[in-house]
Amino acid sequence: MYAQMVDTGVSKLEDDANLTPEERAFQARVDADIKIEARDWMPEAYRRTLIRQIQQHAHSEVVGMLPEGNWITRAPSLKRKAILMAKVQDEAGHGLYLYSAAETLGVSRDQLVADLHAGKVKYSSIFNYPTLTWADIGAIGWLVDGAAIMNQIPLCRCSYGPYARAMIRICKEESFHQRQGFDIMMSLCRGSAEQKAMAQDALNRWWWPSLMMFGPPDAESVHSAQSARWKIKLLSNDELRQRFVDQTVPQAEYLGISMPDPELRWDAEHAHYVFGPIDWAEFHDVLKGNGPCNRDRMRTRIDAWEDGAWVREAALSHAQKHAERARAAA
Amino acid sequence: MRNEWPLWEIFIRSQHGLAHKHVGSLHAPDAAMAVKNARDVYTRRNEGVSIWAVRSADVHASAPGDRDALFDPANDKVYRHPTFFPMPEEVKHL
Repeated sequence: MYAQMVDTGVSKLEDDANLTPEERAFQARVDADIKIEARDWMPEAYRRTLIRQIQQHAHSEVVGMLPEGNWITRAPSLKRKAILMAKVQDEAGHGLYLYSAAETLGVSRDQLVADLHAGKVKYSSIFNYPTLTWADIGAIGWLVDGAAIMNQIPLCRCSYGPYARAMIRICKEESFHQRQGFDIMMSLCRGSAEQKAMAQDALNRWWWPSLMMFGPPDAESVHSAQSARWKIKLLSNDELRQRFVDQTVPQAEYLGISMPDPELRWDAEHAHYVFGPIDWAEFHDVLKGNGPCNRDRMRTRIDAWEDGAWVREAALSHAQKHAERARAAA
Repeated sequence: MRNEWPLWEIFIRSQHGLAHKHVGSLHAPDAAMAVKNARDVYTRRNEGVSIWAVRSADVHASAPGDRDALFDPANDKVYRHPTFFPMPEEVKHL
């Protein structure tokens, strides 16, 4: 869900009758839960949509290192610092698993990076918010990683084999991320009044952006039907968002802090929490590049890529020189 | 693209006496760096005790279109499985 509003390039679902024999055979495999593998035939729109979705997800993992990296040097203890470094390193790993999965679809790594830097492909809106206090690191692990897990668990069953396998690895590691976040929140909420206020402030700022992570309401999701048919999206945005709210509200109650939503209430009849309206104008504005940190995030990524160019070139030259020497000696 | 590091397939042997298993791929300029990178990307939680790195370009795979020709012939040879032969209840150690 680090992938929001993925364009399928398809405006409506085709009737089965209009599918080519190849497309029909493909859809039959998907319907029978047989995984599609890299060298199997697939519709061009499926390939392109997956590249966009996996790529958005990979970029989100990589850009997601920036708000947390902001606190590594200022973590309150050596233990917290070591844990945060391990978590940020995991995010780098998740980005790499996903880039590899995207590459199996016939796109190069350099092209994926170039697409991000040119602004052709987005990363999750959530990473355009700043991390102002240490409590934000707790809130990100608890809420942002919690929301990510909610979306990623179903993706472990998605139709594309390399993506599903990457998601399985990622989900195994995300659980640590969510728990370390909740652990930070617990420490703050059991601490001084100032520390608890800090935890509440972080929740106030991260709650709504976390709900936006699931993407626009189902009624406005034009591409969801095709993605659902291809089984690269298994549950709807609203369904996942509701599950997230239902599981997270009691966790906040345990912490003794509250969601910044005066309309939040338990609906006993439907056994769900009802929550207030989401500010979708803010969501679309952040996606457009007008969030608090968009420009800063992109600048940092592009600088890292450009400043590292000489290292990539030197390593390649070194490898080529040694390969030539080995050939000459043989 | 021109300066992209080559792609490597990574295989990890876990501690339980199993064979090396494919875990994913990564880019590296040479074999030594591929092993180093694999250690960071694929063994952060004691997943293994041994790493193999193989240039992706050196992997030769069967074609999806050959699946039936290659694997169908095994379908009608159920006698290759021990359960094909019913054994009398009273006969032991078979």
